[in-house]
Amino acid sequence: MSYSDKVVDHYENPRNVGSMDNDSGEVGTGLVGAPACGDVMRLQIKVGENGIIEDAKFKTFGCGSAIASSSLVTEWVKGKTLDEASNIKNTDIAEELALPPVKIHCSVLAEDAIKAAISDYKTKHGAAGDSEAS
Amino acid sequence: MGVNTQENPVYLDYQATTPTDPRVVEAMMPYFTQKFGNPHSRNHAYGWDAEEAVEDARKQVADLIGANPKEIIFTSGATESNNLAIKGVAQFYKGKRNHIITCVTEHKCVLDTCRHLEQDGFEVTYLPVKENGLIDLEELKAAMTDNTVLVSIMGVNNEIGVIQPLKEIGALCRENKTFFHTDCAQAVGKIPLDVEEMNIDLMSISGHKIYGPMGIGALFVRRRPRVRLVAQINGGGQERGMRSGTLAPALCVGLGTACEIAKNEMAEENERMRELQMHMWNRFKEELPEVYLNGDLEQRVSTNLNVSFAFVEGEGLMMGIKDLAVSSGSACTSASLEPSYVLRALGVEEELAHTSLRLGIGRFTTKEEVDYATDRIIKEVQRLREMSPLFEMAQQGIDLKSIQWAEH
Repeated sequence: MSYSDKVVDHYENPRNVGSMDNDSGEVGTGLVGAPACGDVMRLQIKVGENGIIEDAKFKTFGCGSAIASSSLVTEWVKGKTLDEASNIKNTDIAEELALPPVKIHCSVLAEDAIKAAISDYKTKHGAAGDSEAS
Repeated sequence: MGVNTQENPVYLDYQATTPTDPRVVEAMMPYFTQKFGNPHSRNHAYGWDAEEAVEDARKQVADLIGANPKEIIFTSGATESNNLAIKGVAQFYKGKRNHIITCVTEHKCVLDTCRHLEQDGFEVTYLPVKENGLIDLEELKAAMTDNTVLVSIMGVNNEIGVIQPLKEIGALCRENKTFFHTDCAQAVGKIPLDVEEMNIDLMSISGHKIYGPMGIGALFVRRRPRVRLVAQINGGGQERGMRSGTLAPALCVGLGTACEIAKNEMAEENERMRELQMHMWNRFKEELPEVYLNGDLEQRVSTNLNVSFAFVEGEGLMMGIKDLAVSSGSACTSASLEPSYVLRALGVEEELAHTSLRLGIGRFTTKEEVDYATDRIIKEVQRLREMSPLFEMAQQGIDLKSIQWAEH
């Protein structure tokens, strides 16, 4: 299988590999996929008080397209509001990386990872707000 | 050793195919040009020369497996041989016996042939394998009945290189008056084979897996006690009526020469390759945590390693080692996302099956190449593990099985 230059670039020079403190209230973590399926993505976002994503980190178990998709979305979500980030579509990712049809699921997984990270942040944030109020 | 690049990678995929040995090519050449005759032409020297070459080749093939030349049928390759053996025997004895036993880790062409026969009313038992990839002889014995016409068990598995107990299987079959077919595409020239000692009735052989040309194979069909089969290709009645079609003398000579070289050099070659194999495996074990060998280490050909590098997906790994030509047990490259059915049959969990590489060592593999490949794989596994959430979680002591994964 031949990979697009962009996939190769992200695979060889992945952006924003790493971990954030999952216990921090500023951090939302999305863990999607399954080892048995050959793809697991973990995307973490750090959200500022203004509701803008300040930083993003990923780690991915998967093929080159899965690594590239998650690397790409860490770049894309930074500087966006949660609403803006949740509008990132798998088709945008697939188009940017020129993924072949057999690799579309990698972009779907990356979209799921963004949504999961946002949802985790919102859950935490909501819970933190409640405890402050009580 | 030349420079290893993506265009000219180190070849470590000897189970997929082998380069044709230059000595084989040399022996074949005259049969394309000066000695171009049809071996079935009985009226002139061109035909006689070609026929003589074909018969010499038949003897070379027979000699490697302890057979009589009259028991060797040339075919287009092991897939055709497997089809002819299984369908041919099943169809000939249909009505008398209609049960076939094979094994879940057989090559697709055996399994698909058996599936086809099931549709024709035959009953097929697919034996499981143990964790080491070998069948359980007791289970084979228990599966055999008076109705069992054929047992088809491969000599050496193409993915994991394990050697099935052919002699023991042969003895059980003979006792039950059941024919024993073995797909030896990966076994011929790698391990000593003797159709008499092993009670083998039919054996499939491939040219291009043993440094011979592609497009030729053979089927051994025992004469005493006689095995009869229904031809699958009808025509001029060549190959004792079992396989019509004009033989290709150049290809026959190529297969014969490859068999002769294998016979003469197998022992020495095995010793050299075993050293390379163990060197590579020992380095993986010593330099990386969490590496697992798939398939038995002892009952294994010297030419194969199948290793799972936990927490690193196989296709992702292959992308990082494009200067190596290897194959992965992860099927992400194909349309299906299922990992190797062979590894699954061993009980290798799907997550580990996705992390496997098949590394094939062969006649032209050097120590330098093995060390280069080992260095590259270790470095890439380390890089990708740093990027793997599963590796991080495992290091933190999180049991990956305790997590509710959303299977997609």
